Amino acid sequence: MLNQKKYTLAIILLFLAVIITALFNISLGSVNIPIQEVTASLLGLQVEKDTWRYIILNYRLPKAITAIITGSGLAVSGLLMQTLFRNPLAGPYVLGLSSGASLGVALVFMGASVFGASFAAILLSEWSLVIASSLGSLIVLFAVILASIRLRDTMAILIIGLMFASLTAAIVSVLAYFSPASQLQQFVFWSYGSLGDLSWDEVLILGLFWLVGILIAIGSIKNLNSLLLGEQYARSLGTNIKRNRFMIIIATSLLAGSITAFAGPIAFVGLAVPHLIRQIIPSSNHITLVPAVIFGGAILMLICDIIAQLPGSEYSLPINAITSLIGAPVVIWLLVRKRKFNF
Amino acid sequence: MSTEISNIVLKTENLSIGYRKKNEQQIVASGINIEVYPGELVAVIGVNGSGKSTLLKTLSGIIKSIDGEVFIDKNKLSNIEPDKLSKDVSLVLTEQMLSKNLSVIELVALGRQPYTNWIGRLTKNDLKKIMHAIQLVNIEDIKNKKCHELSDGQFQKVLIARALAQDTSLIILDEPTTHLDLYHKAYVLKLLQKLSKETNKAILFASHEINLALQLCDKLLILKDNKTLFGTPAELIKTDVLSNLFPKQLIHFDKESSSFKIK
Repeated sequence: MLNQKKYTLAIILLFLAVIITALFNISLGSVNIPIQEVTASLLGLQVEKDTWRYIILNYRLPKAITAIITGSGLAVSGLLMQTLFRNPLAGPYVLGLSSGASLGVALVFMGASVFGASFAAILLSEWSLVIASSLGSLIVLFAVILASIRLRDTMAILIIGLMFASLTAAIVSVLAYFSPASQLQQFVFWSYGSLGDLSWDEVLILGLFWLVGILIAIGSIKNLNSLLLGEQYARSLGTNIKRNRFMIIIATSLLAGSITAFAGPIAFVGLAVPHLIRQIIPSSNHITLVPAVIFGGAILMLICDIIAQLPGSEYSLPINAITSLIGAPVVIWLLVRKRKFNF
Repeated sequence: MSTEISNIVLKTENLSIGYRKKNEQQIVASGINIEVYPGELVAVIGVNGSGKSTLLKTLSGIIKSIDGEVFIDKNKLSNIEPDKLSKDVSLVLTEQMLSKNLSVIELVALGRQPYTNWIGRLTKNDLKKIMHAIQLVNIEDIKNKKCHELSDGQFQKVLIARALAQDTSLIILDEPTTHLDLYHKAYVLKLLQKLSKETNKAILFASHEINLALQLCDKLLILKDNKTLFGTPAELIKTDVLSNLFPKQLIHFDKESSSFKIK
């Protein structure tokens, strides 16, 4: 649409910020590697120490890429949900995806004590976490999609998603109640979220899901703009409401489901980044918002990961806590400073 | 007359409207026969609950008719694909919008959605149509303002400009004058009259402003007690339908001044 050229510069700056924060993200950690060495290593040039190269290629780079994928993927699905449900409080998890994933993981960790040891032996393999959380998300997703085919009202889907979230959360707490402390602890650690545990194979699989989800989101930009007017207007502009809704739910599920499976239930980013971006770029036009939110989500996640690593120390903090610790004050500050809520 | 018939924009044949609930049909109004030609301004008048909104939803393809046919540019409405229909009929609704954080020009530009490519890129022709729509409703001075900064009257003009930019032969408006003061009511309806003549589009709107409609519209459709009457203001004044529109103890129709008076 019109007047979007003035935002092109903002988007280019956001993109550059992604690259710069990514370099810092790779450079900082328990061992700090100079930025020049990071760039040299990434460009395939000679690096001063071989250990640095090893750390970068096997630990820091996959972690940085995971941060970019999770941040941007969750942020885009948050934006999609907020527009689809016409609700500024919507996020990628309103469809109950993360609760479904939690249920799957809870069954793996804590099912043993409830259903017996043989059950756990089947489940506890290398990929069991990913498979369990994917299956959990998928089951909830299918329920939501079935509902979305039957229902005409978009708001009803939102409520059904929330009901599924409560339902699965209840089952998880029943499981937790009967589980021994050690297994409960494993589950709690999963729920903190983690970016650093992924192998290159896993990053590749996650990246494929991310790509499909992002491509569907980009393909939906025009229909998302029609939806800004409301569903009846959108229909009168030739938008196929049901198909469009279906595609948006698929994109969100692919993004949020796969990210939760690989990196845990990372809260807040999906809800907060679209609002952060709307405060910086005062436009509702998705042709601007979608790329800005992709880059914004990546930046927020990279920064949060740098802080979670506590550079120079041996310790690291749970990423799930850091995203909220950093993100919430920023959103509050932006809203208070502008005294006006752009949506 | 024969050339006019070939240009007919909207025509209904024995149309019955209402709602379907499972196997039940609830008919709100029936026997609707109207013909609307290019450049005509038509008001749909009726008391609350008489089926005005149902009629407009049926004519714009949002809900299905119970019986009878709707023809738009001589094609059966039920056979028109949604993306084709979006180039035939544009709407101005009372539906609350998701976001008013769009500038006026951006909102008007959304009217070009049926014509733009997959990502919604505007061509030079699109921009020309958008600017033309903005000039027609005379909102050039506020075109860069955000929609949440506008008064109700200004916002109504923006919505009309958006419908104009959609470049359809028929524009349907649902109660475009609610929430407006008397001046803006008259202003908006006068604007619709001017637009119908200048652009040669057919404009159909639902309204409670019967006094204004009698003065400004080419034709009126009156819905009352499941019956419908369609004709020019002069034709309708001759019949008794206007005198019987409201309970006579309170409001009567004065044929001399062609307007309603409170007793």
